[in-house]
Amino acid sequence: MRATAGAPAAGAGAPSLRRSKPRRRQVRDWLTVLSFMAPALAGLGLFLVYPLVASVYFSFTKFDLINPPEWVGLRNWDFLRHDRNVRTAAVNTLWLVAVMVPVRMLGALGTGLLVVGFRRGAGFYRTLFYLPALAPPVAATLAFVFLFKPGTGPVNSLLAGIGVEGPLWFNSPEWAKPSLVLLALWGVGDLMIIFLAALLDVPQQLYEAAALDGANAWHRFRAVTLPAISPVLLFAAVTGVIQTLQYFTQAAVAASVASGQATTGGGISSTFGYPEGSTFTYPLWLYVVGFRYGALGYANVLAVVLFLVAITATAILLRRFRTFLGSTQ
Amino acid sequence: MTAPARDRDFEGPTDMADGGPALQKVLTAPARRRRRRRTRAEMLFFVARHSIAIALSLMFLAPVFFLVLTSFMTDNQSLTSNLWPTTWHPENYADVFSRTPLPKYLLNTIIYAVLATLFMVLASVPAAYALAKLRWRGRNVIFLAIICMMMLPPQVTTVPLYLMWARWGLTGSLWPLILPMLLGDAFSIFLLRQFLLTVPDEYLDAARVDGCGEWGTLLRVVVPMAKPGIAAAAMFQFFYAWNDYYGPLLYTSENESAWTLSLGLASFRSLHAVQWNLLTAATLLTMAPIVVVFFFAQKAFVQGVTLTGVKG
Repeated sequence: MRATAGAPAAGAGAPSLRRSKPRRRQVRDWLTVLSFMAPALAGLGLFLVYPLVASVYFSFTKFDLINPPEWVGLRNWDFLRHDRNVRTAAVNTLWLVAVMVPVRMLGALGTGLLVVGFRRGAGFYRTLFYLPALAPPVAATLAFVFLFKPGTGPVNSLLAGIGVEGPLWFNSPEWAKPSLVLLALWGVGDLMIIFLAALLDVPQQLYEAAALDGANAWHRFRAVTLPAISPVLLFAAVTGVIQTLQYFTQAAVAASVASGQATTGGGISSTFGYPEGSTFTYPLWLYVVGFRYGALGYANVLAVVLFLVAITATAILLRRFRTFLGSTQ
Repeated sequence: MTAPARDRDFEGPTDMADGGPALQKVLTAPARRRRRRRTRAEMLFFVARHSIAIALSLMFLAPVFFLVLTSFMTDNQSLTSNLWPTTWHPENYADVFSRTPLPKYLLNTIIYAVLATLFMVLASVPAAYALAKLRWRGRNVIFLAIICMMMLPPQVTTVPLYLMWARWGLTGSLWPLILPMLLGDAFSIFLLRQFLLTVPDEYLDAARVDGCGEWGTLLRVVVPMAKPGIAAAAMFQFFYAWNDYYGPLLYTSENESAWTLSLGLASFRSLHAVQWNLLTAATLLTMAPIVVVFFFAQKAFVQGVTLTGVKG
């Protein structure tokens, strides 16, 4: 491995120069790079490569925290077909991916377009719309369960004030997931900031040219704004899918608090999915299988499946890898 | 922080400022009607835009507003549908500290967030520098691996990592969440690298000509220039640790003395019956430090969020 830690002139453009460099210099450059990268490389090995390899191996074994792994071949994988819970969990997670990701993106784009149009007050609105995104997920979830409490909660009280009988929200199997979507929409600010930056980067001349051609606001949006921000939209969609695949905290806390049952710390898993499994997501099932049932072999089957889905989504993004490499190329 | 959209306004009432209808009347009569119609349409647009923005603002603020009101109620009133406190009880906030283990959770959260952030910066800045500013074979492959690690759902690696920490006897504490930061954090490395790309090479070359080694260049030239980027990455890490629920649940759920605010808050309701007034006060207290930190370093933070969006 060679490293050229010098000026850009000594880079890819001049391979013959590099070859003629003395061997001692090459070793020294390589050691320099290693001095910067050693912790990160160790981190990749210990927290990426090792657990992935171990997960695949463990998925073919039967073991718990006490007994050592015992090879069982495809038995864990075969159980996937008979596992009713995994079906519920996967359906719930896919529902959240299909609804939460587009709703959040539309919300972020809408607020972004709104804020970008202001001459004055843009900074004020940006901060205001952004702040909820900073709220700790547990705190935000608690707040929403309280707000949407059936009966005496502020939302249903206000709805009753205008003569509408509010639903049971987090306590209803039909409304629990939409309530979680509302919670996600409240925290849409981080995505809005990203879209805002992309919107501000659209060249003004394009709008002026389109306006001269008589394009109305919608046409300008379709023909100028959308194509210009589409790379950012793609990035947001892929990261949104991956984040929603790991949806855990809000589902766990909403179920625990809405159910009102006595649960503490690890015992929280007894209320997972409340009401009637409607908030039971894939990562929750993985946690229960691995750390409540102690079926670590099967938990790794679920982990490998999650990995395959996430890596597929990532691959879509990495086809645009050049985008990441940026100006050094 | 002041209105970035100032000169970007392409739909605002631009002709309000340059003379208005009165002046138009004096100038060209035929053009007047067209001009006035546009102004009226734009006026409507202006009003609609502001109405929507104000309505949205109220909706974004409402949850916090009701939390604040409830946090001042008696516990009996917090169970009713009255939205406004009949009597005000600021002592609820003191009660949260004296009657619940909140101070202990707070201390654990601070230890976790501060150490994780410190370790992350120490390990991630040099790695980001090597990825952004040094040329070496395999750099792109390693960067690809960093992106994959950043995208990986934490649940995928949970079981093998838990077993590893259990073998080292560190489960039941927050160390399995803090120590890995000594080896850097994928997201932070990614963010810092994107930021360091914007530092011009000329400064680095000048430092090298002056005889700085690569470490000297990093510490004396790049780090001072990259302060906003480092601040943003540090804040992301701090907030992540502060807000983290999955990690503490996984490693400390059996050992209450190591619980963080998030974990404690999630169990609060069941431990202390249904005292919504105290629970809302505790919820607000958990949010408060984040908001304070945000306001102190808003600019760096917004810049950091923007960098994560990756422009194409």
